[in-house]
Amino acid sequence: MAEPVMEVVARPPESMEDVPLHYCPGCTHGIIHRLVAEVIDELGIREKTIGVASVGCSVLNYNYFKTDFQQAAHGRAPAVATGIKRVHPDKIVFTYQGDGDLASIGTAEIVHAAMRGEKITVIFVNNAVYGMTSGQMAPTTLVGQKTTTSPRGRSVEGQGYPIRMSEMLATLQTPAYIARVAVTDPGKVHRAKLAIRKAFRTQLEGKAFSLVEIISTCPVNWGMTPNEAIAWANQNMLAYYPLGEIKVPPEVS
Amino acid sequence: MVHDVIISGFGGQGVLSMGELLAYTAMHQGKNVTWLPAYGPEQRGGTSYCTVVISDEPVASPISSEPEAIIVLNRPSLERFESQVRAGGFIVYNSSLIDVSPTRKDVRVVAVPANAIADEIGATTVANMVMLGAFLEVLPVVSRDDVMKSLAQTISARHHNLLPLDEQALKRGAEVAQKVGKSS
Amino acid sequence: MAERMLMKGNEALAEAAIRAGCRFYAGYPITPQSEVPEYMSRRMPEVGGVFIQAESEVATVNMLYGAGGAGARVMTSSSSPGISLMQEGISYMAGAEVPGVFVNMMRGGPGLGDISPSQGDYFQATKGGGHGDYRLIVLAPGSIQEMVELMQDAFDLADKYRNPVMVVGDGMLGQMMEPVTMPPMRDLSTLPAKPWATTGAAGRKKNIINSLELDPYVLEKHVQSLKAKFDQMQATEQRHDTYLIDDAEIVVVAYGTVSRVARSAIDAVRGEGIKAGLFRPITLWPWPEVALARVVESGRVKAFLVAEMSTGQMIEDVRLTVSGRVPVHFYGRYAGVVPTPKELAGVIQNLQAQLK
Repeated sequence: MAEPVMEVVARPPESMEDVPLHYCPGCTHGIIHRLVAEVIDELGIREKTIGVASVGCSVLNYNYFKTDFQQAAHGRAPAVATGIKRVHPDKIVFTYQGDGDLASIGTAEIVHAAMRGEKITVIFVNNAVYGMTSGQMAPTTLVGQKTTTSPRGRSVEGQGYPIRMSEMLATLQTPAYIARVAVTDPGKVHRAKLAIRKAFRTQLEGKAFSLVEIISTCPVNWGMTPNEAIAWANQNMLAYYPLGEIKVPPEVS
Repeated sequence: MVHDVIISGFGGQGVLSMGELLAYTAMHQGKNVTWLPAYGPEQRGGTSYCTVVISDEPVASPISSEPEAIIVLNRPSLERFESQVRAGGFIVYNSSLIDVSPTRKDVRVVAVPANAIADEIGATTVANMVMLGAFLEVLPVVSRDDVMKSLAQTISARHHNLLPLDEQALKRGAEVAQKVGKSS
Repeated sequence: MAERMLMKGNEALAEAAIRAGCRFYAGYPITPQSEVPEYMSRRMPEVGGVFIQAESEVATVNMLYGAGGAGARVMTSSSSPGISLMQEGISYMAGAEVPGVFVNMMRGGPGLGDISPSQGDYFQATKGGGHGDYRLIVLAPGSIQEMVELMQDAFDLADKYRNPVMVVGDGMLGQMMEPVTMPPMRDLSTLPAKPWATTGAAGRKKNIINSLELDPYVLEKHVQSLKAKFDQMQATEQRHDTYLIDDAEIVVVAYGTVSRVARSAIDAVRGEGIKAGLFRPITLWPWPEVALARVVESGRVKAFLVAEMSTGQMIEDVRLTVSGRVPVHFYGRYAGVVPTPKELAGVIQNLQAQLK
């Protein structure tokens, strides 16, 4: 009998290291990492890309991407990326930040990097909770959502309504591209990739600041199975965080 | 030889620039110099002053506890610094704006109607140069000619038309000090 | 010979940094050093460098972490409260081995304090400041010319050790003008190569700038290697200066602004026959213990007088070195008050009277 011919039908992107990820079962960081890596591959920019890791569950993501990386202090990734990009304006610089990092401790840095129009791309993963520290309330936590620091559910009285970072940043005149996507079903994953590609292309074309907010899940800290978490996100998060392109420069296609 | 002088007046009277001009001129004569301004809230509105030290040796302290001379352009400055002048030193004061006389008897006092003279010259802004001219007459740490050379180097070309007024101001200040010198 | 220029300390240090090859400056306005960002905003574009007015000192230090990690010679300047805000980032830079130069024009504190000269940040600069086990080389110029020269060394030392370097002064050194001679512009192509920098992983393995390591045994190895650098700094980078110390029975220990005042005071009391001299640390860390110990061991010194614009910080290092062999006295003015030459001379005279 002849040897069976093995054909490669799927493989990790070139820009990703072939190592196991440390993320919890059902976590969507893995999908998002892959989307970013595929885009880097497709644009052929791996050797000129420098990533900035933030503090949160994705703190170790410099181990997963096959690009140069700097690990940043909590919330400061946009400032670190600013420093890198200004030194190497010909390189592609992206940050990868969670909602605690970007929407809480790092609000000043993200707002001002966006205002200055730093030519960087921000991957903003919003799962409405602090994951790494095991499930505390985030500024993006939905009203009524129970977390370890909002055990009775987030209340408007005292904790306010969650922050819509993309809409807020879109009030600034300088940013070029801001979109919100989700990775909670295959169609949305596909559209998320298109947005990520557009954001990187915005930077490649030398246009100002681009950001993609990605609605994600955290089954472990939400106390759900992965499927329940997907359903919960689709039903509740998307109701508060509508998907779509919020700011698009006419020239970027 | 070390000369230390405090120059003081209202913000806007040109005391900092006068000190800078003095320091700059002395540097060009090969001296070691420091120019130390009072900075911060003191530079807003109220009294502004600087300390200039001119020395053949490297300058140790740029702060002067007993200055050899003070050049004071307003009354608060006289009240603040009169007591600090070292015995045998100099007080050069703007008698146009200071309606009291220094009481120290152990220093040489020169009253200069700087604003009146500047108005005669036709430019109130050169009152500080009148004061400097008087000071250099009693303590010639640099010459008036050297000051004029420095001034030509440091001010922008569009102000060079004012140089003759500055020169006149220095000279008139010196004449006032000469008269005092003869009378004392 | 290069031209002698009359320059403000803040502007001189900014120009000196550019001549040392600094091409990235980020900062936030704060008195008494705002002339530095103002100067940099004019000058950096002329040399193809980057000036950014950051949104805060917190952002500033992280911009330095990014730009320094990307391989540029980077610096910022601030004053005490702003330097406090940068401490987290300085710790990250030390941990991730990112070179950078920090200038602290110290002002009176604690809290918002005032804007007048102070040396109240000695502990912060030399004993940590930020979290974790690290050291900074801390340089303390006594004149504007020395500040210009130390800026050159600061960038070289930062690159040599891949560690932040701090230059400390105060409003007096920053606002004062003195004649300076500038060194020539450094040719950037002669600066040390930085194969570790994030420049894009083209044809090489990826570079990672990072201070995180969750395995304590691995992190301990990393910190051991940092310690080896700090040990080497201590062995090779101690610097000091002396004035009239050879026959001195009273040795004033002072740095920066106070050392200038002390020189005048020493000149004054020498005129009365008091054998006073000056020991001036130039590196506050590494502490110049070898040279100071030699002064102690000479046996001539009857008393040390530590003069600081603080309530007593450097005195701890003096005492450690002197180790009880000679009395160590203290004179401090603080919260923005600068001692005068006459005042300090009086302190030395009193001390002399006690010795008799």
